[in-house]
Amino acid sequence: MNGAAADMATGSSTGPLTPARAPVLAYPAALLAFTAIPMPVATGGSIVAGSSLLAAALLLIIPALGIPRPPALRLVLVGAVTIAAFLLILANLSPVEGKASLGYWLLLASAGVMAVQMMRGLAHRAGSGSLRARLISLSVPVVFGLWLLILWECIVRGAGVPTVLLPPPSDIAVRFASSLDILWADFRQTFLKAVIAGYVMGCGSGFLVALLVDRVPFLRRGLLPVGNMVSALPIIGIAPIMVMWFGFDWPSKAAVVVVMTFFPMLVNTVSGLSAAGGMERDLMRTYAATHAQSLVKLRLPAALPFIFNALKINSTLALIGAIVAEFFGTPIVGMGFRISTEVGRMNIGMVWAEITVAAIAGSLFYGIVAMIERAFTFWHPSYRH
Amino acid sequence: MSEQVTSQAAARPQMPASATGSVIAIEDLSLTFQTADGPVQALSGIDLAIRRGEFVSLIGPSGCGKTTLLRVIADLEQPTSGLISVNGETPDAARRDRSYGYVFQAAALYPWRTIASNIALPLEIMGLPKAERAKRVKRNMELVNLTGFERKFPWQLSGGMQQRASIARALAVEPDLLLMDEPFGALDEIVRDHLNEQLLQLWAKTNKTIVFVTHSIPEAVFLSTRIVVMSPRPGRIYDVIETGLPKDRGLDIRETPEFLALAHRVREGLRAGHSYED
Repeated sequence: MNGAAADMATGSSTGPLTPARAPVLAYPAALLAFTAIPMPVATGGSIVAGSSLLAAALLLIIPALGIPRPPALRLVLVGAVTIAAFLLILANLSPVEGKASLGYWLLLASAGVMAVQMMRGLAHRAGSGSLRARLISLSVPVVFGLWLLILWECIVRGAGVPTVLLPPPSDIAVRFASSLDILWADFRQTFLKAVIAGYVMGCGSGFLVALLVDRVPFLRRGLLPVGNMVSALPIIGIAPIMVMWFGFDWPSKAAVVVVMTFFPMLVNTVSGLSAAGGMERDLMRTYAATHAQSLVKLRLPAALPFIFNALKINSTLALIGAIVAEFFGTPIVGMGFRISTEVGRMNIGMVWAEITVAAIAGSLFYGIVAMIERAFTFWHPSYRH
Repeated sequence: MSEQVTSQAAARPQMPASATGSVIAIEDLSLTFQTADGPVQALSGIDLAIRRGEFVSLIGPSGCGKTTLLRVIADLEQPTSGLISVNGETPDAARRDRSYGYVFQAAALYPWRTIASNIALPLEIMGLPKAERAKRVKRNMELVNLTGFERKFPWQLSGGMQQRASIARALAVEPDLLLMDEPFGALDEIVRDHLNEQLLQLWAKTNKTIVFVTHSIPEAVFLSTRIVVMSPRPGRIYDVIETGLPKDRGLDIRETPEFLALAHRVREGLRAGHSYED
C-alpha cells in the first residue's frame, strides 16, 4: 500500500521532504459515501437506521474534503471520524441484519477505503526513533486488527451469514465473557498442564540429547536420521497410542507435545553447536580449553540463535499438539475436548471462543520466547544496532 | 629423514638438536595435507631456530605455507615428519602450558562479550582469580590504547580497534612467545603503519619473542630482526635475512638506504622463489 500508490500521491507537485501525503483515497471514499446518502440502506429498514447512516455518510465526507491542517491532527481527525461512522453503521445493524441493500454496502466500502487511507498514514509515520513513532508503529497492527474485526462484523451481519458458518465477533465476545469459568478450566488443563509440561520436557530432553550427540560421533550418524523419521510421524497417529500408554488425563497430551518438540530442539541444537567459526575454535585450542569450557564459553553462546529458533517453533507446535491430542480421548475438560464436542452440538460460538483463547495464549507464548531471545542474542547481526 | 616422528613415535618424543637455547627449534619438518584431490605438500624440509627476544617474520606469496608453519608451532596442525620443539617441549605440551599467545588474521572476538571480558576470556579459562583478571585486563588495554572501551561490544569498534583488542587478549596470557598470523592484513595502510609502530615499541619494551607472518615486504623489514623468505609448492625456506636495524627505529627508517637494500633483497628472494612457476 505504501509503495507505488503512495509515490503517485506525493510524486508530482510536492517535494520528497514533504511528510504529508495527499489523502488520495479520501476522494473515492467521499464519492462512495455521497452516493450512499439517497439510497435505501436496508429493505424494510427503520427511519433511525436511515438517518444515522446518513450522518455516517456525512461524517465520512468531512475529512475527505481535504481541509488543510497539521498532518498529525488531520490523521487523528480522519481516524476519529471513520471510527464514528463505523459505530453508527454498527448501531443500526439489528434492523438491517441480512437485509442490507446497496446503500449499506456503499457506505461500508467508503468506510473501508477510509480505513486503508488511515492505515497508510499510520504506517508512514511509524518508526523506531521517538516514543511517538514507536507508539504509532505499535498502533498499526492494533488498528489493523480492529478494522478486520469491524469489517467481519459488518459483512457477516449485513449479508446475514448463518452463525453456524461464521458468527460475528460480537457474538464470540459475548460467548467468551459468559463462559470465562469454562474457558479458564480448559486453559488450565490444556495449556498450563499439558503444553507447559510437554514443552519443558521436550525442549529440555532435546537439548540434553543434542549435547550427547555432539560428544558421541556415532550418535550423530545413527540417531539423527532416525530422529528425522520420528519427527515425520503424523500426530494423528501417535496421539491415540499416547492415550493408551499414559491414560486419558493431561500426561498423555504432554507426551504428544514431548514427541513433537523433541526433534526440532535436537536438530537445531546440534547444528547450532557447529555454528562457531574455525578461528574462534582454534582460539579455544590455543588456550588449551577443556571440552566443557569451550562448550560453555564459545559453542553454546554461538548456538543460542539456533536454540531460540527451536524454542519459537516449538511454542506453536506444543499448543497444536496438545489441542489435537485431546480429540482422541480426554476427561471432560480441555480446549481440544471443548472444540470437538461443541462442534458436534453446533455451538459454534463456543468453538470460536476456544479458538480465541488458543490464539491469545499462542501469541503470548511465542512473544515471550521472542522477547527472551532478544535479550540473550542482542549481539547477533539481526538484532544489533 | 632418519629421525622421523611418526604416529607410532615413543611416549617421549625426540627433540631437535638445537632445542636447548632456542625458543623454537625446527628440524627437517614436513607436512602433507590429504585432500580430495590427493596429497598436497604444504611444508617441506623446514629448518629454523628462533632465539629468545627475536622478532622473526615469515614472508612469502600465498600458498607458501607460512601460516601452516605458524600453526604447526602453535600445535594447531600436526607435522607429517621432522622434529619441532617450543620452549624446549613438544608443541602440544607448550600449548597446554599456555606458553604462547596467538593473534589470528581476524580479531575473532566473541560478539556476546564486551571488549574487557573478551580480553579476560583466556584468563577465565586459566582459572585466574577475579582481581588478577581485572588487573591484567586493565594493564593490557592501556598497552594497546583501548582504555575507555571496556564496556563496548566488538561490533561497535572499528577493525583496527578490534585487532588491537585481540592483541591485548593474546598479551593478557603474559606469554614470552607471541605468534601473529597476518594480524594487520585486513587493515588500511595508515592504521597498519600505526599498529606496526606500536607493536615494535611493545616488543622493545617487553623483550618478547615474536613470530610474525606477513606478505608485506615493508612490514617485514620494518618489524623484524630476521626475515624468513618462503616459496611455494612445496612450501620451503628460500632465504633467511638478518636485518640489523637499530631497536628504537621509527617509521621514517623506511626511507633510509639500508632499509631499501633489505627490502630489495627480500623482493629478489620472493621473485627467485617464484620464478619456476611461469
